[in-house]
Amino acid sequence: MTGLMRLKIDGAEIEVDPAMTLLQACESAGVEIPRFCYHERLSIAGNCRMCLVEVVGGPPKPAASCAMQVRDLRPGRDGSPPEIRTRSAMVRKAREGVMEFLLINHPLDCPICDQGGECDLQDQAMAYGVDFSRFREPKRAVDDLDLGPLVDTAMTRCISCTRCVRFTTEVAGISQMGQTGRGEDIEITSYLNQTLDSELQGNIIDLCPVGALTSKPYAFTARPWELRKTETIDVMDALGANIRVDCRGREVLRILPRNHDGVNEEWISDKTRFVWDGLRTQRLDRPYVRSGGVLRPVGWPEALEAAAAAMKGGKLAALAGDLVPVEAVFALRDLAVSLGGAVECRTDGARLPAGNRSGYVGTARIEDIDSAGSIILVGTNPRRESPVLNARIRKAWLAGATVSVIGEAADLTYGYAHLGTGRATLAGLQSKVPALSGNTGGTLVIVGQGALSGSDGDAVLGHVMRLVEKMQAGFLVLHTAASRVGAMDVGFTTEGGLDAALDGARTVFSLGVDEIDLPESAFVIYQGSHGDRGASRADVVFPAAAYTEESGTFVNTEGRPQRAARAGFPVGEARENWSVLRALSAQVGEPLPYDSLVALRQVLGREHGHLLEIDRVPENEWQPVEAGKLGKGDFASPVEDFFLTNPIARASAVMADLSRRASLRRADQGRAGAWAA
Amino acid sequence: MLRRLHSTQPEEFAFSPENAAWARDVIATFPPGRQASAIIPLLWRAQEQEGWLSRPAIEAVAAMLDLPPVRALEVATFYFMFQLKPVGRTAHVQLCTTTSCMICGSDALVELCRKRIAPQPHQLSADGRFSWEEVECLGACANAPMIQIGKDYYEDLDPENLSAILDVLEQGGMPRPGPQNGRFSVEPQTGLTSLTESDVPGEDGPEETVNASVALSLAQVPAAERETRYPDRGTGSPP
Repeated sequence: MTGLMRLKIDGAEIEVDPAMTLLQACESAGVEIPRFCYHERLSIAGNCRMCLVEVVGGPPKPAASCAMQVRDLRPGRDGSPPEIRTRSAMVRKAREGVMEFLLINHPLDCPICDQGGECDLQDQAMAYGVDFSRFREPKRAVDDLDLGPLVDTAMTRCISCTRCVRFTTEVAGISQMGQTGRGEDIEITSYLNQTLDSELQGNIIDLCPVGALTSKPYAFTARPWELRKTETIDVMDALGANIRVDCRGREVLRILPRNHDGVNEEWISDKTRFVWDGLRTQRLDRPYVRSGGVLRPVGWPEALEAAAAAMKGGKLAALAGDLVPVEAVFALRDLAVSLGGAVECRTDGARLPAGNRSGYVGTARIEDIDSAGSIILVGTNPRRESPVLNARIRKAWLAGATVSVIGEAADLTYGYAHLGTGRATLAGLQSKVPALSGNTGGTLVIVGQGALSGSDGDAVLGHVMRLVEKMQAGFLVLHTAASRVGAMDVGFTTEGGLDAALDGARTVFSLGVDEIDLPESAFVIYQGSHGDRGASRADVVFPAAAYTEESGTFVNTEGRPQRAARAGFPVGEARENWSVLRALSAQVGEPLPYDSLVALRQVLGREHGHLLEIDRVPENEWQPVEAGKLGKGDFASPVEDFFLTNPIARASAVMADLSRRASLRRADQGRAGAWAA
Repeated sequence: MLRRLHSTQPEEFAFSPENAAWARDVIATFPPGRQASAIIPLLWRAQEQEGWLSRPAIEAVAAMLDLPPVRALEVATFYFMFQLKPVGRTAHVQLCTTTSCMICGSDALVELCRKRIAPQPHQLSADGRFSWEEVECLGACANAPMIQIGKDYYEDLDPENLSAILDVLEQGGMPRPGPQNGRFSVEPQTGLTSLTESDVPGEDGPEETVNASVALSLAQVPAAERETRYPDRGTGSPP
C-alpha cells in the first residue's frame, strides 16, 4: 500500500487513500455527489451515470466518479495534484442530461407512489434536474413482478440501477433476481417468476432509489413526513439490530434499519422489519385473574393483590423471557431475592456459565467476523437464528474466509466444510486444529444455543472453549433471545438451571416466558405484552409494554449494551415492565428502592457498571469452562421456524403468511429432492 | 424488442456427445474459477444444435458453468443473435436491412419474405419450415442486399433469386451460397477495370470457380452429397 495521494476537489486540496473512488474522495472532502446505482455496501455497477464529475486534464468528457479510482488520476503537466470538479458547467450539464434521460421513462405518478417524500429520484430531480423534458414519444411500461408478500413492485418506475439484483446476489445470497433484455426493454426479473427465498429481502425496499420496490404491508398507509421517528433497538433476535420505528399517533406503521457498522451494518431481517402488525393484535390491554377456570378481566389493584398473595404463599420461582429489557429483569431479581425466591433466565435450558462472561458472551465482537480467515460454527444455524449476522459471515466467506460447520447441514447461503453433525465430531476436532485455522486473518468460533442446551451443555462449552484456546481464536456465543445476555449480566440465574429454580416452586412469576411449559401445580403470574402461551397458562396476567413502548437496555449477543427508546405508549392499561414490578413490590411489602427508571438505572449502574456504558463492548476475561464428559447426539438449531420465534411474531399475520410460504417451499424442495434421488 | 422465454418449452435439453465434448474443451480453455466466461460459446452451440434457445438449454448451459440459471438468461436475452423462439426447421432467413442493403433494395426482399414465409418476422411459416427476421448490418455491404442462413451468406439478391433460393430449400436442396448474380466476389459487375492481370509469374494457376468463403462453405458438405444437394450448381460461375 502506497501512501496517501493529494488531489484537488473543487479547488480544495485533500489527501486520500489512492484506493478510494472519486466519489468516496469527494465525500471525504465534504462534497456531495448525486448517485442512484452506487451503494457503499454493494459492488460497483456504474450504470446510472448520475455521479459524473469532470476530471481536469483527463478525457474531454465527464467521468463516472463511482467507478474511477483516485490512483488512476494523472497529475497536472507541471506536476500539480490531479484536479476534479463537481460544480463546473460540464458537470451541471451532464447531471441535467442524465436526469432528463432517467425521467424519459419514469412515470409522473409521485402522488400515488409510496416512495413519495423519501425518493432519491424526486430529491435529485429537484436538486440537479431541469424543469422540462424534450421527450414527446410514448413512455415505456413494464410488467410488474410478484416477489411475494413483502415487496410490492411497480416496475415501470424502475430506473435499472440493479441495486436489488446486487443485494440479493451478493448479500442475501439468493440467485432469483436478474436483469434481462437490453436497451429500452431491459427489465428486472425474478427467474421464472419465483418469489424471493430470503430472510433479508425487505432490504431491497430501502435500497430501491425510486418507488419500484415498496413495502407491501405498509402500502398506501402514510407519508414519511406524517411519521414520528424513534431510534431504537430490535429484539427479534439477539443481534440487537439498530432500527428506526415510525409511528403515527400510537400505531407503529413501519420499522426501518439504522446504520451501525458494528452490529447490523444497515440491514435488518424480514422479521424485524415486518413484525409491526403483531404489535397491534393479541395485545394484553388489562390485567386478568383466573377464577373458576377462566381468565376474568380485573382492575390493577385486584390483580396485584392476587399476585402478591400468591408470591408470599410459598416458594417463588421468577423466570425471565426472551424480549424483556435488563431493567425489568433487574427489578424482578431484586423482588424475587427479597422474597427468598429463585431466579432463572436460561429458559431454553442452555448451560450458560453464570458469572463467566467469556463463557456466555465470548471474547469476540460481531465486527471480527469481517476480518476472520476461518469461521467455525458449532451447533448453530445462523441463517435462522440471526440472518443479518449470517449475511456478515457470507461477506467474510466472499472475501476468502473458510467456514466450517459442526451441526446440521443446512443451506446457509455460502459454502462450508461440514465437519460433522454433533458431539463426536467436536471431541475429535481437538487434533485437527492446524487444518482449521485460517491462512490469513484470525479464527473465530461461533457456538449456538443448540449446542449448549443439552444436559451436557457445559461439557460442550468446555470442549469448544478448549478448541478456542488451542487455536487462539475469537469466541462468540450466538444467542437467540434478545434479553438473555442482559439477564445473565445481572445474575438472573440459579445454580442448577431451570429445573432447580422450578423445583418445588409453588408460585412462578413469568416475565414474558412463552416458549416453555410450566409445572402443572404451580400458581403462575404472567407479565407480558401478548396473549400467547404464557398468558393462557397463567393465573394472574399483568399487561406490560412491548419493546417499542418502553425505554430499556438490551445487551446483544456480543455483549454490547444498547438502549431502546419508547416509540409509543403501551396499549390500554398496560404499563412499563419495571413499573409493574415496582408496584407489585409495594404490594408484597418489600418495596424496591427506586421510583423511576432513572433511579433504577443508578442502582443498576452501581452493581453492573458496564450496562450503563451504552454501545461499548466490554473486554471479557478468559475463564475456561471444564471440558467434561460429552454425551451423545447431534446438534440442532433451537429455532425451528424463523418467522415464529416469539409472541409478537406469532401475533403477526405477515409472519404467519411467511412461515406458511416457507414451509410450502421446503416441502416443494423436499419433493424435488426426492425426484432427484 | 421484449425478449423473454417462449411460452411453450421442450421438456429437456442435452448436448449431443460431440457437442458435449467440444463444450468441455471450451470450458477448459478458461482459467480456474473463470468458467463462466464460456457462457456465450456454449449458448451459441446449443442454439446451433436446436435452432433456438429453450429454457432447458439455458439451464443446462448454466449448470455446466456452475451459474444460477438467471445469469445465463441475462446473457441469452441480451444478445439478439440468440433466438428465444422456435425458428424454421429448414431455414431461418436473417435479412439485412441496414443502410447499404436498404439502398440496394432490401425492402423488396422483406416484402417477399412476408409473402412467402410469414407476415411477421420471427413467425413460423404455415408448415413450420421457414422463418425470417430483419437484422442489422452483417458486413457484406459490397454485395448488398444479402441474407444469412445459418453460417452462409447469400449475396447480390433480388426478389427473383431469393425466391429461387427459397425454392431450392423448400425442395430439400441446399442452394449455393455467395453472390447470386454471377459475380465471383466483390469485383465490379461490369468486369475488372484495374489489376486485370497478375504480374506475379505462375500466379495464373487453375482458375477458381468460387470465392474462398463459398469454398469453405461447400467444403462442409461431403462431395458425394454435393451433386444431389446442389441442383442449381453452375449458376453464378465467374464471368
